Amino acid sequence: MIAIEQLHKAYGKLPVLKGISLEFNAPGRITAILGPNGSGKTTLMKAILGMVLPDQGKIMVEGKSIKGQWVYRNRIDYLPQIARFPENLRVRELIAFIHDLRQGETREAALIRLFGLDAHLDKRLGNLSGGTKQKVNLVLAFMYDSPILILDEPTSGLDPIAMIRLKELIQAEKKRGKLILITTHIINFVEEMADEIVFLLEGNIYFRGSQDELKTRVGETSLERAIASILGAEKVELNGKAHLSSQYGDARYGDAKYGDAKYGDARYGDARYGVTTKESL
Amino acid sequence: MKKIFKYTLYDLIRSRWTLFYLGFFLLLTIVLLAFSGDVSKVIISLMNVVLILCPLIATMFGVMYAYNSREFTELLLAQPIPRTSIFWGQYFGLGVSLSLSILIGIGGPFLFYGLFASSEIWNFFILIVIGVLLSLIFSGLAFLIALRNENRIKGFGLAILTWLFFAVIYDGLMLLLMVIFREYPLEPLALSLSLFNPIDLSRILILLKLDISALMGYTGAVFQKFLGTGLGISIALFVLLGWVGLPAFAIRQVAARKDF
Repeated sequence: MIAIEQLHKAYGKLPVLKGISLEFNAPGRITAILGPNGSGKTTLMKAILGMVLPDQGKIMVEGKSIKGQWVYRNRIDYLPQIARFPENLRVRELIAFIHDLRQGETREAALIRLFGLDAHLDKRLGNLSGGTKQKVNLVLAFMYDSPILILDEPTSGLDPIAMIRLKELIQAEKKRGKLILITTHIINFVEEMADEIVFLLEGNIYFRGSQDELKTRVGETSLERAIASILGAEKVELNGKAHLSSQYGDARYGDAKYGDAKYGDARYGDARYGVTTKESL
Repeated sequence: MKKIFKYTLYDLIRSRWTLFYLGFFLLLTIVLLAFSGDVSKVIISLMNVVLILCPLIATMFGVMYAYNSREFTELLLAQPIPRTSIFWGQYFGLGVSLSLSILIGIGGPFLFYGLFASSEIWNFFILIVIGVLLSLIFSGLAFLIALRNENRIKGFGLAILTWLFFAVIYDGLMLLLMVIFREYPLEPLALSLSLFNPIDLSRILILLKLDISALMGYTGAVFQKFLGTGLGISIALFVLLGWVGLPAFAIRQVAARKDF
């Protein structure tokens, strides 16, 4: 359904994607796109949506090149990373707005109930809390029944109940045969949801395969440790300071408290990876 | 584009800032009308306010709105609509919400004061048209600046500088030029230079219409001498419309090549 060939993208002099080729053909599959900050995850997703224009390479969605096109986007549902909306519109009006733009069948009523937004429908978006805005964001992303679903950090700011609902929703969409791409920093979420992992590192595909394959390849028992070990290994290659990086890796990834706090909080994840990136550069 | 325009306008007419802007014009016009009682004098007083304030407010609003809606714009970009329609919709929504504030804020009190009975109706009309055109031009320029600069502080700075340039610096430079080259015939130069500044152009337009040569200033006098009132007004209005088109066209070009 999506084919990417030799995708290159640089922001100014900073290369972000360095010739990525990927195909997503199997429907009913959840692919997690992982990698430290600045590895090009969001850029890759935005390139598929036509928001970022590639320097080189080709992107095809359902067999057609997307260059200069926009109609294909009604085959994709997208959840942006940051939920910010026009402050003086009411939730109901915002939903009507998106519906006006896209037309077609919607199923927002069920989603509004699922995320408990009934009481907020007539509130202005400027008055909503961050978590509630994210729920509105989810309703907007899921209210069309498009065959491709792209979710950028779907869990940020959600309470545990909404989190469970979201996971169930994503699983249900998977069963209905959708192609689902997710980026997240929350490893537990990946472990639970992803059929496949694409790991980006400095603009290249470092790994693509199942969770087990990733663990076997790096010789670790948990996904979290496997990822830590990839990032740690990269550090050694770049800096040649093996002792420092492994110390870092242990302290960060081996700490149970860290793992707990991180759950449900995207910022924690960000901070952690952020350190790693800086270290590795 | 119509849909984006509609909801942008929906959002903006309920914004506190728009209401504040409307309130300001209402209050100012009411006070001026109550104290002077002469419709023609009030129009001249308001002219000065419109010439300086409308561009400034439009610039501030434009740059603020463009940066504030950045994340939502990303959501819109992922929808099956072309880029141009998003940015033009937002731009015109912004311009029209500002224009409504001017129209109601100034027009309301005038209407109440019996404008239609007075002979000043066309002068009033020109005042409103200029307020609207200046709002569109400067919010468009601000939108363009915000689109081209990811750094918000830099964007704000450039936008304010643009306003300052057209409102103050341009006239200063022009005057300097006139003084330096005073030995030469400068009318054609002054005439063409004033076409490149929408605020100057608006000033000329309104003064030609009001026919107050004492207030006309150098460029205005030249305009009238060379072109006569009728042709002068037509040319000024035509060029101002071109000024509205310029940022709209540039927004389209910049948006087409931008990564979000």
